[in-house]
Amino acid sequence: MFDYSPAPESKDLVKFQASYGHFIGGKFTKPANTFSTINPATEQVLAEISHGTAKDVDSAVKAARNAYEKTWSKLDGATRGKYLYRIARIIQERSRELAVAETLNNGKPIKETRDADIPLVASWFFYYAGWADKLDYAGLGANPKAHGVVSQIVPWNFPLMMLAWKIAPALAAGNTVVLKPAETTPLTALLFAEICQQAELPDGVVNIVTGFGDTGAMMVGHPDVNKVAFTGSTDVGRIIAKQIAGTDKKATLELGGKAANIVFEDAALDQAVEGIVNGIFFNQGHVCCAGSRLLVQESVHDVVIKKLKARMENIRLGDPMDKNTDIGAINSKEQLTKIDRLVKQGVKEGGQAWAPSCAIPKNGFWYAPTIITGVSPANTVVREEIFGPVLSVMTFRTPAEAVAKANNSQYGLSAGVWTEKGSRILKMADQLNAGVVWANTFNQFDPASPFGGFKESGYGREGGRHGLLSYLKGSN
Amino acid sequence: MPTIEPEAVVGSRITNQSLSRWLHSLPGVDKVGLEARTASLGTRSIKTASKAWALDMAIKMMDLTTLEGADTKERVRSLCLKAITPDPTDLTTPQPAAICVYGDMVKHAKEALGKNKIHVAAVATAFPSGRASLPVKIADTKDAVNAGADEIDMVIDRGAFLSGNYLEVYKQILAVKAACVRKDGTRAHLKVILETGELETYDNIRRASYLAMLASPDFIKTSTGKVSINATLPITLLMLQAVKDWYDQTKIQIGVKPAGGIRTAKDAIKYLVVVKETAGEEWLTPKYFRFGASSLLNDVLMQRQKLTTGHYSGRDYVSVD
Repeated sequence: MFDYSPAPESKDLVKFQASYGHFIGGKFTKPANTFSTINPATEQVLAEISHGTAKDVDSAVKAARNAYEKTWSKLDGATRGKYLYRIARIIQERSRELAVAETLNNGKPIKETRDADIPLVASWFFYYAGWADKLDYAGLGANPKAHGVVSQIVPWNFPLMMLAWKIAPALAAGNTVVLKPAETTPLTALLFAEICQQAELPDGVVNIVTGFGDTGAMMVGHPDVNKVAFTGSTDVGRIIAKQIAGTDKKATLELGGKAANIVFEDAALDQAVEGIVNGIFFNQGHVCCAGSRLLVQESVHDVVIKKLKARMENIRLGDPMDKNTDIGAINSKEQLTKIDRLVKQGVKEGGQAWAPSCAIPKNGFWYAPTIITGVSPANTVVREEIFGPVLSVMTFRTPAEAVAKANNSQYGLSAGVWTEKGSRILKMADQLNAGVVWANTFNQFDPASPFGGFKESGYGREGGRHGLLSYLKGSN
Repeated sequence: MPTIEPEAVVGSRITNQSLSRWLHSLPGVDKVGLEARTASLGTRSIKTASKAWALDMAIKMMDLTTLEGADTKERVRSLCLKAITPDPTDLTTPQPAAICVYGDMVKHAKEALGKNKIHVAAVATAFPSGRASLPVKIADTKDAVNAGADEIDMVIDRGAFLSGNYLEVYKQILAVKAACVRKDGTRAHLKVILETGELETYDNIRRASYLAMLASPDFIKTSTGKVSINATLPITLLMLQAVKDWYDQTKIQIGVKPAGGIRTAKDAIKYLVVVKETAGEEWLTPKYFRFGASSLLNDVLMQRQKLTTGHYSGRDYVSVD
């Protein structure tokens, strides 16, 4: 038998402090009002984190305003770019440490933080560093202006990557920021604060305030904040939209999704199966653009499901620090409970749930990769975002039916199309109501490509020139 | 042993037209997706006990090969002795599956191997180009079988395949397979070389795999080692997927042999990972997976010594061949 021996990455590559304060005005505050952050794979405490108060938020916004007025807005674009390049290079230099930190705090496999998350983080800073001295060419006329102080709130599924998506374009455009990482995954943001110090970024340009939803609400509501950027659930997105209604604050909201992954009978089936797996099981399915609704043409349904099940038997669930792990831990107990509840609901409504035979570790939060067949657009598991490694499978007969079913969702973030027919790809992309449509691939991210949704998936775009516009006056 | 009815598989009487229809109805292969999957499997980290297991298995799966115009009796004899005792400093080292030579060297190899269970494989059918008439190919095969070859590695007629003459390719494989039958009724094992480097597209390679499998050989093999692109990991993954799908459909298990260009233990381990995660554990045996290689053995031996002794030796601590 060819069992892979354990191949763990070293935990010693990162040293967390016992407790962290907020990063305000270039310095860490004294830890206060702390809560624990854990490793979801072991439930061990990694560090104590400060819960931001109104006073903390106020001093962070003041620091950001001060930095904006006195330094950052006075620098030319090339100099801002220089800082961003410096940050990008430090991220590359410390990539192994950051990958380990992210895996420990988030639960996702080291394979992903090493090969996807951290390289993308660096590439985002490199990409927007290049824009900093070229804002005159962004399409808004000469000398477009920054908003000023931006409040940014990021989720726990890609902690450092979402930070990069927010901070890199904001700084390139000339804003200063106050950012709050998710309460379950604050550690890489705090390491990023150290990187800002290391890069000698002027004090107050980046401020990190940690805490829960109440801290975030204070950041959104603060009167001296000009713009809010949020990635997270649609429910919270709605609260934010209400909170800023009637003010002149701008907002970018990246919210939930329930992407359709559409497999036509003429697709390259082996690679389509691979794409289905990558679409829903990447990052334990904690991906807003995950391909969580599989739409497969009736004539190939059986063969696709057979191949998919065979492929899923090879998925390795377990210690996220092991280099051979494909599926790591669910980020929190709360999320695990939600996934479990929704799958049970799916089965109650008549769906058949199937998961491969894999051992589940004793400690930590885990969910085996699962597919639910025999469901229809009326079922809860097809309508609601599960945000876990759970795929709902439906069939279609004609391209028109595929489009109708795919678009029948409150969300509109992403979609996938699998066919060997080029003309069909173009037609489907035209008809699908989704911000991103992938053809014969899934979950591909690039800093040069705009990303964002329709309907309840939010508004505004991140990435590319479009992502830059979100941080300049005269646009959203 | 189960057998198949080719007509039942193709769904019609075997004609060039029906073969063409059948082969062109197979799902396509997406190049980007296939290569991405292969690259992702290439990042598997194989350490300690699993590495030791893999290194030994790689040796057991090896067809230790010499296919040079300059081959001599002495050279073949020396290779055979190396196969018998791959590492004189460690007698627990397993032996490779076979020695692979040209047909005229079979008798020298048999003589050198004596009663040892290591097989002798002979390349035949106007290897490597395959450009000869069918009677010549059959005579070439019979010559090697009569000299005592345990296995025959034949090449397909790539010209016929690329011009759409599938029936010709299929008939030739059947004819060579018949020529593998010995006087006592037993049959030399048949490996069918697709020469994937000349077929060029992944779609072609999948079709050629299916066409060859229709003739029920023991193995399908990537390459002769004589063209610029030989075995690659994505091609091998694709062929492993083909034999797996074939098994699911017919219950007939066919082996895969990548050959040419696999030189390091690290590469060999990647192939074994691809075998395990594509075709499955049932293929992780010399009966169903082989490496066609020459310089690979020494690198595996050096890695093996490193695992046992804890330090790297060097080229002079393994024998030249």
